[in-house]
Amino acid sequence: MEFDPVLLARIQFAFTVSFHIIFPSFTIGLAAYIATLEVLWITTGHERYHRIARFFTKIFAVSFAMGVVSGIVLSYQFGTNWSRFSHVVGNVVGPLIGYEVLTAFFLEATFLGIMLFGWNRVPRGLHVFACVMVAVGTTLSAFWILSANSWMQTPAGYEMIDGIAHPTDWLAAIFNPSFPYRLAHMVTACYLTTAFVVLAVGARYVHAGRYPEDSRTMMRMAIGLIAIMAPIQAFIGDQHGLNTLEHQPAKIAAIEAHWENEPGAEGVPLVLFAIPNEAEERNDYQIAIPHLGSLILTHSWRDTFKGLKEFAPQDRPPVAIPFFAFRVMVGLGLLMIAIGWIGAWLLWRRRLFESDWFVGPLQYVWPIGFVTILSGWFVTEVGRQPWLATGILRTLDAASPIEGWQVATTLALFVVVYGIVFSGGIYYINRLIVKGPQGPAVEPPDGLPNRPLASAHEATRAAINAPGE
Amino acid sequence: MLSLGMEYYLPVIWALLLAVAIAMYVVLDGFDLGIGILFPFAKSDVEKDQMMSSVAPFWDGNETWLVLGGGGLLVAFPLAYSIVMPALYLPVIFMLLALVFRGVAFEFRHVADTSRFLWNIAFAGGSTLAAFFQGMLLGGFVQGIKVENNAFAGGPLDWATPFALMCGLGVVAGYALIGSVWLVMKTEGTAAAQARAHARLLLPVVLIFMGIVSLWTPIAFPRIAERWFTTPNLFYLAPVPILTLALAYGVWRWLETGREHLPFFGVIGLFLLGYIGIGISIFPYLVPPTLTVWQTAAAPASQVFMLIGTIFMLPIILGYIAFVYWLFRGKVREGEGYH
Ligand code: HDD
Ligand code: HEM
Ligand code: HEM
Repeated sequence: MEFDPVLLARIQFAFTVSFHIIFPSFTIGLAAYIATLEVLWITTGHERYHRIARFFTKIFAVSFAMGVVSGIVLSYQFGTNWSRFSHVVGNVVGPLIGYEVLTAFFLEATFLGIMLFGWNRVPRGLHVFACVMVAVGTTLSAFWILSANSWMQTPAGYEMIDGIAHPTDWLAAIFNPSFPYRLAHMVTACYLTTAFVVLAVGARYVHAGRYPEDSRTMMRMAIGLIAIMAPIQAFIGDQHGLNTLEHQPAKIAAIEAHWENEPGAEGVPLVLFAIPNEAEERNDYQIAIPHLGSLILTHSWRDTFKGLKEFAPQDRPPVAIPFFAFRVMVGLGLLMIAIGWIGAWLLWRRRLFESDWFVGPLQYVWPIGFVTILSGWFVTEVGRQPWLATGILRTLDAASPIEGWQVATTLALFVVVYGIVFSGGIYYINRLIVKGPQGPAVEPPDGLPNRPLASAHEATRAAINAPGE
Repeated sequence: MLSLGMEYYLPVIWALLLAVAIAMYVVLDGFDLGIGILFPFAKSDVEKDQMMSSVAPFWDGNETWLVLGGGGLLVAFPLAYSIVMPALYLPVIFMLLALVFRGVAFEFRHVADTSRFLWNIAFAGGSTLAAFFQGMLLGGFVQGIKVENNAFAGGPLDWATPFALMCGLGVVAGYALIGSVWLVMKTEGTAAAQARAHARLLLPVVLIFMGIVSLWTPIAFPRIAERWFTTPNLFYLAPVPILTLALAYGVWRWLETGREHLPFFGVIGLFLLGYIGIGISIFPYLVPPTLTVWQTAAAPASQVFMLIGTIFMLPIILGYIAFVYWLFRGKVREGEGYH
């Protein structure tokens, strides 16, 4: 059987990187959340912050381990699967990844030891410090890797000598045009993702009447964050899109499934739904709103932007994946805003914890951030095709001189191994959640956990209405 | 002239830094992996817990040196990276997959109860296979890589030779040895006694492997024979094997006389001597036997940019790593909890 090594290498990379990003999305946000809780704990002295921090630290440990092992795979895959990539752009991308190792990976990995094993061994202050360092490390890691990725999208600060990229201006390379947007968008995405997991866990306990004090704190903190960050995220995303229009217009044309500006037409419609038909260069079953595309992307009624037909066929990205993935992302982003605002309103009216119709479904919202982030990355990464580094190196030319069967073998192994590890991880995280926070006074008096919501609420009103709430 | 000087020295400096990163990895993750290799020989669950607890706070930091090794190669010698990785494609990926199992086993085993035995197997199997493939990688690298037009030009299984197999087994034995002397230092009771017995068994085995490699490489690869056995070199290099033997004797005595820390540091010394020996055999080739450190170097601007960061960051990193080892100093007792 013949295998196409490039196609397989792409599938393999998409598989391993998609698997990896699930964990950073969560650990970046969770590290910051745990650090916040710990700081709250030492400044206010409320035990519940400590209990919640300890509880999520256990979940963090499992997720972090999966993030680390899947990340190490990626850093080697640049060489194994995309060796020409290392050679052609290694001069620029290499140091960015190198700085990530030096400034971020060692920091987070080393202080992780104190964070996980230091609870009873080191002074409180030092433990809090370790948690903060881990959070700083994960964020620095996002900084550098996103800089590397953004450079591949919108290269800057380099010159080509004999077909090899050489750095000319490091600041320009690091802070390349799409980087600030991508960093802000991704870090916000991580916080939102984590907030939705915390929200779902909190809702699960509130719904079951378990850990009333801790679960309410979880829900309150999560809702507050979502209500503020989700709309900000939409704004950042909009700005990100404008930046992309400037630097990667073909990607925007694919995202909007915008084939051409008909002669004399004024303004570009916003395609709400369609099946992009790449063979015939048009959309089937299109539902569109006139002028809205122009309004969003050019902030004017009649200006147009380039359609796909204005790019040579070999320079166009695939259309369907960016088009649909983008709609999934934005749709879920709007849902997040809705959840945040409804929650905030209920919280303000002091009705949140009694609103079963709302709290019930919230138990199941934990995957929403992960799905959104994956969709976003699929927009970004597929939309930059056929380039690996825009204008410098095509994906096709970046592949390693290896044979298809090698990639097929390892791809199969990755699927099996990650399948096992992922199922294990989900299973054990769920188990930790079922077990719940541990520590002094976490469960209400005997019998309460299984009683209906109202009585649990009754029993703990005192705790909830404690001063400072 | 200055720029020519820089183009000469920078790659040498980077080759040394890379060598340090890999040496750190081999020593530090070496004892973690060694503990995994020794895992099946632990008598009880209590002993297993003790073994794992002795490295649990450190393993992630230790593994990060592997990222620095791979990342460093990409940063400083992108051409070498782009040739060596495809050449060793299968063993690299097998090693990474083995490390996946080893890494998650730390956390999963702790949370699991009825499925615990599965993660014991994953930990032991992952560690052993990772060590084995690291040895294969070493062998595949030392024996040479076929290059044409600055790209890998060999076949997918070029690395799979008896020599590489022997290196694979040698590294498994070596890591088991350093794992056992780590346990001598970090545990007490039956675990420590067992570890001491294992170390005495493994020390001669490792010496035999080192001996085989030392004989095999000059016989099979004339370029290496030339390096070691031509006249002025012979005198300069003779101390390497002599020191190795003396140190091995020392470790043996320390194990017999009940010393707790010295065997560990002695074995580190043994590792470094073996490592220096390999370095002498290979330098200045980074893709033996064709491309040197100078031919594969990154643009000077990239090497300088990274060097500045490294000079600044490395002492800080070493500082906080030392701090964490100090914090978790002392012995892990039986039944002492995880997390
Ligand atoms: C936005 C953030 C982000 C993105 C886009 C990526 N990573 Fe990642 N990575 C992290 C954020 C992160 C992290 C938060 O730092 C991790 C995740 C969980 C963890 O344990 O550390 C991590 C771990 C991690 C590790 C293990 C570090 C260690 O030993 O501690 C490596 C080698 C990589 N990553 C490499 C990559 C590569 C080559 C990527 C690109 C294809 C990549 N990551 C995408
Ligand atoms: C973390 C979230 C990410 C996701 C979900 C993601 C997803 C993907 C997908 C789906 C592809 C395949 C595209 C195709 O071939 O059609 C891809 C390719 C690739 N990505 Fe990403 N990516 C992510 C981050 C990154 C980062 C941070 C980098 C680099 C610093 C990166 C580098 C690459 C490379 C080198 C390829 C292979 C060549 C190519 O197909 O263009 N990715 N990624
Ligand atoms: C609601 C309005 C949103 C808009 C208008 C928006 C816009 C965009 C655009 C235009 C891109 C592609 C940028 C490019 O590749 O050049 C993008 C990427 C992305 N989006 Fe969104 N987004 C929104 C919401 C969200 C939400 C809620 C999340 C996650 C919680 C998210 C996560 C991502 C991620 C992870 C990427 C890939 C990384 C990047 O390129 O920044 N987005 N978004």
